[in-house]
Amino acid sequence: MTTGTVQAPFARIGRLLRDYPIIALLVLLVALIVLLQILNPGIINQRWIGNTIKFAIPLAMLAACQTFTMYTGGIDLSAAAVATITAFVMATQVPHLGDAAGIALALVPAVLIGLLNGFGVGICRVHPLIMTLGSGLIGIGCLQVYQRSTIATGSAIPPVLEWLGTGRTFWLPNGLWLFVPFAALMLFIQRRTGFGRLLYAVGANEGAARLSGLRTWQLYFALYTLSALIAGLTGLLYAGIIRTTSLSLVEPLLLPSVAAAVIGGTSIFGGRGSYAGTIVGALILTVLGTLLTLLQMPEGGRQIIFGGIILAVTAIYMRLTETG
Amino acid sequence: MSGWLRRNGWVAALAFAFAALLVATKIIQPGFGASGLESLARAALPFAFATAAMAVVVIAGGIDLTVAAVMAVAGVTSAVLMRDWGVAGTVPAVIVVLALGAVIGAINGAAIVLSRAPDIVVTLAMMYVWQGMALLILNGPGGTATPWLREVILGGVPIPGLRWLPQAAVVLAFALALVWLPLKRSRPGLSLYAIGSDQTAAFRSGVAIGPTKVLAYAVSGLFAAMGGLTLTLSTGVGEPIPGPYLLAAVAAVVLGGVALTGGVGGILGPIIAVLILRLLRLDLTLLSVDPNVTTIIEGTIMAVVVMIGGLLAIRRKRA
Repeated sequence: MTTGTVQAPFARIGRLLRDYPIIALLVLLVALIVLLQILNPGIINQRWIGNTIKFAIPLAMLAACQTFTMYTGGIDLSAAAVATITAFVMATQVPHLGDAAGIALALVPAVLIGLLNGFGVGICRVHPLIMTLGSGLIGIGCLQVYQRSTIATGSAIPPVLEWLGTGRTFWLPNGLWLFVPFAALMLFIQRRTGFGRLLYAVGANEGAARLSGLRTWQLYFALYTLSALIAGLTGLLYAGIIRTTSLSLVEPLLLPSVAAAVIGGTSIFGGRGSYAGTIVGALILTVLGTLLTLLQMPEGGRQIIFGGIILAVTAIYMRLTETG
Repeated sequence: MSGWLRRNGWVAALAFAFAALLVATKIIQPGFGASGLESLARAALPFAFATAAMAVVVIAGGIDLTVAAVMAVAGVTSAVLMRDWGVAGTVPAVIVVLALGAVIGAINGAAIVLSRAPDIVVTLAMMYVWQGMALLILNGPGGTATPWLREVILGGVPIPGLRWLPQAAVVLAFALALVWLPLKRSRPGLSLYAIGSDQTAAFRSGVAIGPTKVLAYAVSGLFAAMGGLTLTLSTGVGEPIPGPYLLAAVAAVVLGGVALTGGVGGILGPIIAVLILRLLRLDLTLLSVDPNVTTIIEGTIMAVVVMIGGLLAIRRKRA
């Protein structure tokens, strides 16, 4: 009886957190911001908030690729390569074709890689980790060859992308004009559409989903093509933020995007998670980045703390949601 | 013989492909001989150890994203220790580095067991930790490697008639066999395959899941430390930024016939796969193919092989 009363609050918190994992994440986010304010009073202002959001947006978008593929127990390691390719092709084609055609053409390689991933995962049943790793390698190789042929023709970022990437409306970054509808669409897809529910179904039990009449290969084609399109969109936005392109533009965001999805409570084994958590996860990682920069530590120490916090958050999260 | 072939068909096919590639290399470059073989073996050495490190963990049903980072830690540690302890302290330095690798691996394994989080997530987080550790030990390339130890992986075997055999290959075979063969034949080695094959079944047959997992990661860390050490030996300095070994190791493990789902395969297949990939790269360079096209070809081979493997697995299941 006594143990029951002692355990009850913890179990209740655990249950609450399992049902609404986003609460714990928001608490963590607020705690990090408070810590930042204590360490460096006055840093929290409109400008800082605007900047944090600006850099969290591409991370959250790239993490959407990981979140959606993780629903089915997969992962998309080609996302950063696809984003980089799209940004590069866009920047080099815009001077020839004009803004709209250049951007549209840049999304073609993204779709191709997405279809290749869908073919590998859906039809050949290759492990998504391997398939997307391989397709990313192939894509980057093709990009390097492509770069040879365009080195002299110059590159340009369309004004609309620069406006999205660097402009501000009042004090909020313009990227939100892209991201808010995007996030709303993602949340709508995962909750309200048959496609979204099938993703969870396949992740929870692929055999059962198949026996219920689902043609899983079609789902995988749609999923990986969607993921590649999201990655391409991220690349376009990121090119606008950085205002230049390179052959490894988005690569540094790949592992953080996986971390953002995982911190956000998406299970890498499939069947569980929400994009809302991923968005908060991306914000947490961005704030954590600023915090560690402020601590004036050597780069090595920063990386150790970064890794330690990712590990701690996932470990605590697993523990809390297991009880009750 | 036929039973061995059936069981090890994939390894045999890989060995055959490697031999064919060697012949092709000789045709492309008639001057390819002992020195070419020697530089190939030396260049493949860190990749081979990284692959072995990855293979052990994948066989046990996990995946270790820290391999390249642990190699960096081992590389800088060995470079710093060999600089500070001098020639006389080289042997203790090597022992310390190998022990450090095993301890780092054991920490990774313990973190997975204790946190109950998926391997890929934990090792992703630990990758940052070990990368940071390497940077703390040495902030830029530095340290030295003891000359006599460097010569161990240099040149051919100094026995008449065996001079064509690169010392690096001997070191690789010796180091891997010394750790892997006794392990595979022992009870813990069997447990490794058991937890990779089916964790629940292994648990119910009395296999201690946690300790076995820690063991797998400790062996992986040991191999990664060997890789880092050979990296320092071949370049002569410690480099804190991890090299391109992680993805190469995953690719070679898959090509080498180790299923990512665990419980299947060995170390020989992945090692031959590494040699094939390195030799292929050499051949394409000899054919003066753009190195970027080489990347595409490598990625395509990897994708096509795993796709065919997947289709074959489906057909086998239906048959």
